[in-house]
Amino acid sequence: MYETNYHRASSVADAAATFAKGTESKFLAGGQTLLPVMKQRLAAPSDVIDLSRVQEMIGIEVSGDTVTIKAATPHYDVAQSDAVRKAIPALANLASMIGDPAVRYRGTIGGSLANNDPAADYPAAVLALGATVKTNKRSIAADDFFKGLFSTALEDGEIITAVSFPVPAKAGYAKFPNPASRFALTGVFVAKTKAGDVRAAATGASQSGVMRVPAIEGALKTNWSAAALDSVKIPSNGLLADIHGSADYRANLIKVMGQRAVTAAG
Amino acid sequence: MGVEGIGARVVRKEDRRFITGQGRYVDDIKMVGMSYAHFIRSPHAHAKVKGLDSAEAMKMPGVIAVLTGQQLVDDKVGNLICGWAITSKDGSPMKMGAWPAMAPETVRFVGQAVAVVIAETRNQAKDAAEAVVVNYEELPAVPDIAAAIKPGAPQLHPEAPGNVVYDWHLGDEAAVKDAFSKAANVVTLDLTNNRLVPNAMEPRAAIAHYDQADEHYTLYTTSQNPHVARLVLSAFYNIAPENKLRVIAPDVGGGFGSKIYIYPEEMVALWASKKVNRPVKWTGDRSEAFLTDAHGRDHVSKAEMAFDKDNKILGLRVKTHANFGAYMSLFSSAVPTYLYATLLSGQYVIPAIYAEVMGVYTNTTPVDAYRGAGRPEASYLIERMMETAARQLKVDPTELRKKNFINQFPYQTPVIMAYDIGDFHASIDAAMKAIDYAGFPARKAKAKADGKLRGIGISCYIEACGIAPSKAVGSLGAGVGLWESAEIRVNPVGTIEVLTGSHSHGQGHETTFCQIIAERLGVPLSQVSIIHGDTDKVQFGMGTYGSRSLAVGGTAIVKAMEKVEAKARKIAAHALEASESDIVIENGEFKVTGTDKSIALPMVALAAYTAHNLPDGMEPGLKETAFYDPTNFTFPAGAYICELEVDPTTGKTSFVNFVAADDFGRLINPMIVEGQVHGGLAQGIGQALLEGAVYDGSGQLVTASFMDYTMPRADDLPSFQLSHTTTLCPGNPLGVKGCGEAGAIGASAAVINAITDAIGNNKLEMPATPDRVWHAIHG
Amino acid sequence: MSTVKLTVNGRAVSVDVEDRTLLVHVLRENLNLTGTHVGCDTSQCGACVVHVDGRAVKSCTMLAGQAAGSNVTTIEGLAKGDELHPMQAAFRDNHGLQCGYCTPGMIMSAVDIVHRHGGNLDEETVRHELEGNICRCTGYHNIVKAVLDAAGRMKVAQAAE
Repeated sequence: MYETNYHRASSVADAAATFAKGTESKFLAGGQTLLPVMKQRLAAPSDVIDLSRVQEMIGIEVSGDTVTIKAATPHYDVAQSDAVRKAIPALANLASMIGDPAVRYRGTIGGSLANNDPAADYPAAVLALGATVKTNKRSIAADDFFKGLFSTALEDGEIITAVSFPVPAKAGYAKFPNPASRFALTGVFVAKTKAGDVRAAATGASQSGVMRVPAIEGALKTNWSAAALDSVKIPSNGLLADIHGSADYRANLIKVMGQRAVTAAG
Repeated sequence: MGVEGIGARVVRKEDRRFITGQGRYVDDIKMVGMSYAHFIRSPHAHAKVKGLDSAEAMKMPGVIAVLTGQQLVDDKVGNLICGWAITSKDGSPMKMGAWPAMAPETVRFVGQAVAVVIAETRNQAKDAAEAVVVNYEELPAVPDIAAAIKPGAPQLHPEAPGNVVYDWHLGDEAAVKDAFSKAANVVTLDLTNNRLVPNAMEPRAAIAHYDQADEHYTLYTTSQNPHVARLVLSAFYNIAPENKLRVIAPDVGGGFGSKIYIYPEEMVALWASKKVNRPVKWTGDRSEAFLTDAHGRDHVSKAEMAFDKDNKILGLRVKTHANFGAYMSLFSSAVPTYLYATLLSGQYVIPAIYAEVMGVYTNTTPVDAYRGAGRPEASYLIERMMETAARQLKVDPTELRKKNFINQFPYQTPVIMAYDIGDFHASIDAAMKAIDYAGFPARKAKAKADGKLRGIGISCYIEACGIAPSKAVGSLGAGVGLWESAEIRVNPVGTIEVLTGSHSHGQGHETTFCQIIAERLGVPLSQVSIIHGDTDKVQFGMGTYGSRSLAVGGTAIVKAMEKVEAKARKIAAHALEASESDIVIENGEFKVTGTDKSIALPMVALAAYTAHNLPDGMEPGLKETAFYDPTNFTFPAGAYICELEVDPTTGKTSFVNFVAADDFGRLINPMIVEGQVHGGLAQGIGQALLEGAVYDGSGQLVTASFMDYTMPRADDLPSFQLSHTTTLCPGNPLGVKGCGEAGAIGASAAVINAITDAIGNNKLEMPATPDRVWHAIHG
Repeated sequence: MSTVKLTVNGRAVSVDVEDRTLLVHVLRENLNLTGTHVGCDTSQCGACVVHVDGRAVKSCTMLAGQAAGSNVTTIEGLAKGDELHPMQAAFRDNHGLQCGYCTPGMIMSAVDIVHRHGGNLDEETVRHELEGNICRCTGYHNIVKAVLDAAGRMKVAQAAE
């Protein structure tokens, strides 16, 4: 790791101000991705601004039809939250599948989304549930947030403060982990909104990061059942191919995980 | 057996320090004035080093020195050696290119060191390494066997035309030809034995210290055989004469073969410690381990087996290409030859065998012995073959095996090995019973109703352990003898120290070896200590690999104990005024049989050291040494059966059951033996399902971290069901055979046989990833 | 450079380190608590697991600064004097370790698993929960046995308190 300057932010405003002072600042949330990258000397921030103890960024709120998870809330707390389990059980389940227990204690939803790893779990939930990403500057709709591999709509110095999820009628997530890294080789999140709309998102599969899956959405809109996906064909063009999974294998997994997600959603 | 003697499931003496965080591994050690080394490594698989500029780096904070490959040459530090000479079919010696510890001119694999930075801190060394400018001229690279042997392929070493190290053979070609001409059926099989990265959890590390006043070096290193390290560093690398070099391997966090070898980093650390006149520490990180620890396996083979009309095997023909990587590592040459082809008879009567092995260079990390070393490759080939044959001949795979089992011992195979003893029927019967083999068809049918493909796979392995009779291996090209030494010191108060040349890095010698003493003397384990891993304490030893520690090292202990007991008997007889032949040893006492006269061990020991009243002419003291050279290999064998399910929608494999029935001869500590089997099975299953080193076309290692190289985790594996059948090894007084590698040797064929049974086709290579299995099912 | 103050195994400590220093290096280099190990550089093997404010985390993936003000427990702080923690005893009694290198992280993770699940542990759960800890020696068979055994012992110990 290159030498850096560590700052522990006391508030969102403090974090933003400290960020502006550095020549090449980076926000540090749980650090479960940024620190490994820094250890490999693949990132060299002049300053790292630790958001993990900013109290206004920690916590879970459920009000009416919205679940709001503040950005520095660790995955473990989301997975354990009775409120989340009751409102959107699929979201708690997803959180319980991220990384391993030690990672879940440290990793946060804000960090995951800001990094937008193409094999991360949370982006699938945010996109499929049509969540809203709240920052210290604005609110960004999920459909506008993800901009491809490791790329988002966030501007330099912009801090995710919370994510608001509309409570769906039904939702489910199924993940086939990469056998080595345990990231998603392919994960599919399906949701049926209270208005009857269907959204499905796949992570781990596409060369351009998390994506909606229109074929699954179309089939489920007519018939919300795993069997409805039997005849769905997922095209393999544009999908990732590596030693763990060819593109056609990932295309198959999108369908199979889609079916399991529907089954999990009930 | 006593409560702590042979056969007792004693908890390990060494555990307390490990479970409380008090283990002492190399990186835990600090020395006053210690500096830190960081290596600059080639990012290219094949390149000329055109220039190296360290001027900027030398100006960076904390930098003490930047040392290069050319300086090693200038100081006449020797090249790395390969310690086993193999002769090709045509009588020519194997063709080896030079392997300098840091490359002065040409790099031949990604990760090969070209220079080292020595600095005050680890981070300063790493920071400065980035400021060293190395100018490379890239050369075309050869990433695999197929590319290496292609006509016109880029050449790695001028000494080895066509990238061929040797083209070796074993067996009777004409007899095999004759056998095939009489065959009623011939079964053929193409196999890849995937390249593995050992990944002991402790990365390699070294601390070198040069004492200017005494012109003496000390090396702390992560070694399975510190004495061999000293021998090689002294005799071949010109670091220092043996009496001026102490090598210590303290607690070592796993080896699996990868810590047998004497690596460039240890050599450079020693050499550098004198140059900078400071202790130098190098601790590898996992990324360096992936690139520089000797890899394992990597064979491509074609096999043909001939059967008569009664399904008796007539002959076996095997042609194997073995990938050695860019350089010949210490014992690499022996692995695909004398540790592989000699085991191709498996558990079967095969009247004629002919094996050809071509060893080739590629621009990849050097390959050497990894848990099993040659024997897993042989076992995998034979056991995939038997399963494939059974399917082709439409007979039950257990019946085909039983029909061809060797039943008479000793049995001379056509490929050098003479099996001393075994009972292969007992093992397979035990395994079949344990897994309810007869009930499998019903279970398969039930699984099918649930949408799962269930399969069962068998693997009957045999291995040669207790490496090895020195004269025999010497005649086959080994550069060293493979005996072991032991020294027993009975102290004046009766405590006992056992000094052994074996090295424990997880095997539990501190417990098992004590149990041998406890059994013989009837003393508590707490009275006995095992000392190992330090060339200043133990005079010499050959170390731990090849499942040899108990059969060879343990026997050396027995031999030394026999001498100690003989002398102690004389002292006791003298003190008790009895005849030596009437003395028996029980519960730590020397008793005169048939009387109530006795003298306790501490009193005998004290008498030996006070020397006030010893038999006439007897030397004082109670300390004896033995060097034991085995008379034959030992032959552990067993049967593994794996039952699993494949999810046809994802290709994912889930274990239903895995049973192992092993014959290791006598078990000293069954708990430790079981642990060894568990670990071996995990590595065999890892090879079958998960692990595989992959290089891209340019020679870059794609699987260069745990992010891409799939290490077996707890949820990848089942609990194992173990049992033992026993034929005592006649070749050593303990009757033991060795248990460290069996699991890794036998497991992979059982898993692949089960998957191919489940999916109904045989087109599957290891590792059988979900992607590969899914494609095998769906095309 | 910064001064980092934290509590390790009940003892208040203060170290002056570069900001890039990881918690594991503070423990190993500055405090000589070498029981916490480093087995990889991609935050996957779990050899470095310690408890920070009661939660099992990878000390190789946490800057020293992030741990400032926290309570850290390492493998050296688990036993009460000579009395082993039930998890330590269970690892020994079930032969849950061989080379010992992954063992401290494994034990620290295992204690956390039992804390979270209490007595409601079965083999499948233990295997799944050990996802972040890699062992190359044991095939996990006896580690799983040890964790299940310790879960029982810890339950009994808790009931006795």
